Amino acid sequence: MSLDSLYQQVILDHSKERHGSGFAEWLAEAEAVGYGESHQLNPVCGDEVTVRVAVADGAVQSLRWEGQGCSISMASASVLHDLAEGATPAEFHGLVDAFREMIRSRGQVQADPEVLGDAAAFEGVSRYAARVKCAMIAWVAAEDAARQAGI
Amino acid sequence: MALVSIPAPLRPAQAATAGAPAALDDAEAERIRRDFPALEQEVNGHPLVYLDSGATSQKPRSVLEAEQDFYETRNAAVHRGAHELAVRATDAYEDARATVAAFVGADADELVWTSNATEALNLVAYAFSNATVWAERGRGGAELRRFALGPGDEIVVTELEHHANLIPWQELAFRTGAVLRYIPIDDDGRLDLDAARQIIGARTRLLAFSHASNVLGSVSPVEELVDLAHRVDAFVVLDACQSAPHMPLDVKALGVDFAAFSGHKMLAPTGIGALYGRRELLDALPPFLVGGSMITTVTMERAEYLPAPQRFEAGTQRISQAVAFAAAVDYLRETGMERIAEREARLGARLAEGIAAIDGVRLLGPAPDEEWYGHPRFGIAAFDVAGVHAHDVGQYLDSLGIAVRVGHHCAQPLHRRLGLTASTRASAYLYTTEADIDAFVAALADVRGYFGLTSKAGS
Repeated sequence: MSLDSLYQQVILDHSKERHGSGFAEWLAEAEAVGYGESHQLNPVCGDEVTVRVAVADGAVQSLRWEGQGCSISMASASVLHDLAEGATPAEFHGLVDAFREMIRSRGQVQADPEVLGDAAAFEGVSRYAARVKCAMIAWVAAEDAARQAGI
Repeated sequence: MALVSIPAPLRPAQAATAGAPAALDDAEAERIRRDFPALEQEVNGHPLVYLDSGATSQKPRSVLEAEQDFYETRNAAVHRGAHELAVRATDAYEDARATVAAFVGADADELVWTSNATEALNLVAYAFSNATVWAERGRGGAELRRFALGPGDEIVVTELEHHANLIPWQELAFRTGAVLRYIPIDDDGRLDLDAARQIIGARTRLLAFSHASNVLGSVSPVEELVDLAHRVDAFVVLDACQSAPHMPLDVKALGVDFAAFSGHKMLAPTGIGALYGRRELLDALPPFLVGGSMITTVTMERAEYLPAPQRFEAGTQRISQAVAFAAAVDYLRETGMERIAEREARLGARLAEGIAAIDGVRLLGPAPDEEWYGHPRFGIAAFDVAGVHAHDVGQYLDSLGIAVRVGHHCAQPLHRRLGLTASTRASAYLYTTEADIDAFVAALADVRGYFGLTSKAGS
């Protein structure tokens, strides 16, 4: 296993760019439609992520997050933001399920770029058992927040 | 029987090192290293550089063989049974106690075996809490009352404690109504001793602190803190997890009332630790865990308990682990704790200098040229890499076969006080070579570059 299979460029880029990070920009519109929020903590490493999901007109209107943690956990939250916004409930859950199946497969399940987009870059993480939780933390929070938002 | 552990004829190693023995140098560390099978392997295509001894040490062959020899020749339950193996097992178990007790300057009956240091600290906390209940219900004599806690009493810890020396006291305070206070640290992690003098006072009943910090690499001002506590008749509990493996430890010379340490951090197997307690205190405290092997008389209504240490050793004990623990301290004593401490101070300085010289890396604890409280840094150095999370630092180093610890090292309040959620920690031991440290420092210098941040080795 080479380190570069874990830290693909897409992941390193997202860990710095951090799309969808910060709640300040969206509060007004999200307040208007109501939103779900979930805070998740990995007690092993102290990584934490809070995700807010607002649903309007039958789609994820907004998914934003705040958190701190390793590059894998931050990049996966950033990628999730890009993929989830605009998704229908079915697409959102299909995305989360596909990501979970791939990430927990210990390298057995190939990522489908059609479904996972940039999240396919996390395929290498599935072979590092200690990092699977890092990749999943934002997605677990998003699933919980989406449930609270009614989808 | 070559592997039977012989109790030390003298108090700990420092008493035996009259004159000036040769320093433990790199050539000797290389020889020592060959006694540790786990160190002779490749990890991720590189020779293993094991810099996580602060979490757990590797084990020499003599320790592994002592445990196996016990099972092959003497395995039986101790303190019961009249057969020959039971006698041999009991002798081995009690000889091991004497050996480990002597290693820390204690008498054999002042050393209680526990599962680990966490259990040792919980044992003290629960014994105090049981004493509180016994006193409330009129059980036990005046001897017991001095352990009883209640509203108005204070338990004092420090802000840099490992969770194992914090949470048991939080819970003891909760159960008894006592108040938990702490000695704060400054922005660098130094204990505020002026504050300590204010905090430790007439209400203080117990002071618990670590001898050596598992994050900062500093050694606490034990004499001063013990003096402050004893002036007000407070009990002192010393967390010796990071001192017992790395420096001479004499609990009686330090004057502490209790001390806890773990076997696995000092060449012994996992599953065994020890609590030292002054004899009169151990004999007066109520037990923590109760059941078989720790009683004198049992009726359907109640039980009478043995004196210490059996009083605190309910159920079948960790016999092979105790025997192996004695083999571990034999190995350390034969190497010489003064020499190990002096060696680790040099390795700690090499770590600190190497880490501090890298741009964008913040060394925690004493600066390379600093001594805190008159002690050099021991062989632990934790640090923060700007822009790279500790988990990623550890992963990068692991890809080069370098094992370090990442996270909060069971010291969340300390990290929060230093403005961090996590750090990376490199820790050395007697088998660590200068080449190990140099390989680690060279790899660390490349971490920020790998993650796309500017990095260059310092001048």
